[in-house]
Amino acid sequence: MDKETYLKPLFKGNPITVLVLGICSSLAVTVQLKGALVMALSVTLVTAFSSLFISLLRNTIPNRVRIIVQLVVVAMFVILIDQALKAFSYDTSKMLSVYIGLIITNCIIMGRIEAFALGNKPWPSFVDGAFNGLGYGMILIIVAFFRELLGSGTLLGFQIIPASWYIENGGWYANNGLMILPPMALILLGCVVWVHRSIDKELQEQ
Amino acid sequence: MNTNSNTYTIIYTTVLVVVVAAILAIVASALKPRQTANVELEQMKSIMLAANIGETNGQPDKKADFKKLYDQNIVNTYVIDGKGNRVEGVDAFKVDLKSQYEAIKNGGDVTLPVYECKAADGSTLTILPCYGAGLWGAIWGYISVKPDGETINGAYFSHASETPGLGGEIAEPWFYNQFDGNILKDAAGAFSSIKIVKGGDNGDPNGVDAISGATITSRSLQNTIEQWMNYYKLILGD
Repeated sequence: MDKETYLKPLFKGNPITVLVLGICSSLAVTVQLKGALVMALSVTLVTAFSSLFISLLRNTIPNRVRIIVQLVVVAMFVILIDQALKAFSYDTSKMLSVYIGLIITNCIIMGRIEAFALGNKPWPSFVDGAFNGLGYGMILIIVAFFRELLGSGTLLGFQIIPASWYIENGGWYANNGLMILPPMALILLGCVVWVHRSIDKELQEQ
Repeated sequence: MNTNSNTYTIIYTTVLVVVVAAILAIVASALKPRQTANVELEQMKSIMLAANIGETNGQPDKKADFKKLYDQNIVNTYVIDGKGNRVEGVDAFKVDLKSQYEAIKNGGDVTLPVYECKAADGSTLTILPCYGAGLWGAIWGYISVKPDGETINGAYFSHASETPGLGGEIAEPWFYNQFDGNILKDAAGAFSSIKIVKGGDNGDPNGVDAISGATITSRSLQNTIEQWMNYYKLILGD
């Protein structure tokens, strides 16, 4: 297994900024850093274990129903994570609401299974799935960092902007209300893509 | 082996689905007690926040043990029918608000829960739940009323899937704290439910400020509270 397997999903083949997959959930769950972290972890676990599982079964899956088989496996992992969150982290589960269930529709997972896990051995498939999840999660965390800091003045719920700066306490600062609305997530995501392409010139289109 | 034959495909998918279903069933039943406990804790938290217990300056206390607070402060619970009479033998905490909402809507028999809570000043607050339909999904909440039967002590609302930043704001302290101190009367002094209107305080003692950009959620919440208050007004003030 070469370095490409785990470096590519993070940078040159990042699922969000280069392949433009998984945009919907990256707009929805990045209001707070905590939600983004849990979402990143959940997607990483689902992609890694679905890829591993499908790779183990790859020689036995009947070709005509392979998409259905993949869906069943992915759905199983998504439901397991949803149930575990409801039992062990109820507040996060409430905050992410339908978006955990919607991981199943995240194109990254089915994309990696079709493109990689069906034709590779279990261990590389697991690594490929995990690093694609991490590449997705990395962008989520970057966007959520700015949205929570500028939109609520907090990070992971802790007050970062000093309370005395706020106008209501006699200061000069106010949180940017636009930051907590989805359109701002799209603009921030655009900025991340812009920065990514200015650093990595090969990604620029002519 | 020919993995493309019909027999193989049918057997393969059947086995796979049965195995997956078994895994999910085992996990779901193993986690069920914890999930139920979480849902009950959430309900206790809502009731306590409606009574302004476990709050500091109107913000929920992150470290508060709401189960303990609930056990300490709730002194009595009971259930009333559609005429305001008490119904015996029903656990108020276990009443499914959604089915009561259906019953109110369709004119069936209702059993509505009432909680009595000890306030910090020694008086007894009456805490009343409500449940209805918002824009995208269910909305619900609790309102606590002071012993005079018309002054609102506090309120708490939550929702299943209202838009974050718009309708979702009903679950935020700035919105539900507006209910504190409101009077369940109109300008003429007759009993009247809460009015959620733009600007809020336009002369009525029962008005609160609506959420800009969330007209439908605001209006639904007003209707929901009114529907439930039509029953609860029968017991308030005795």
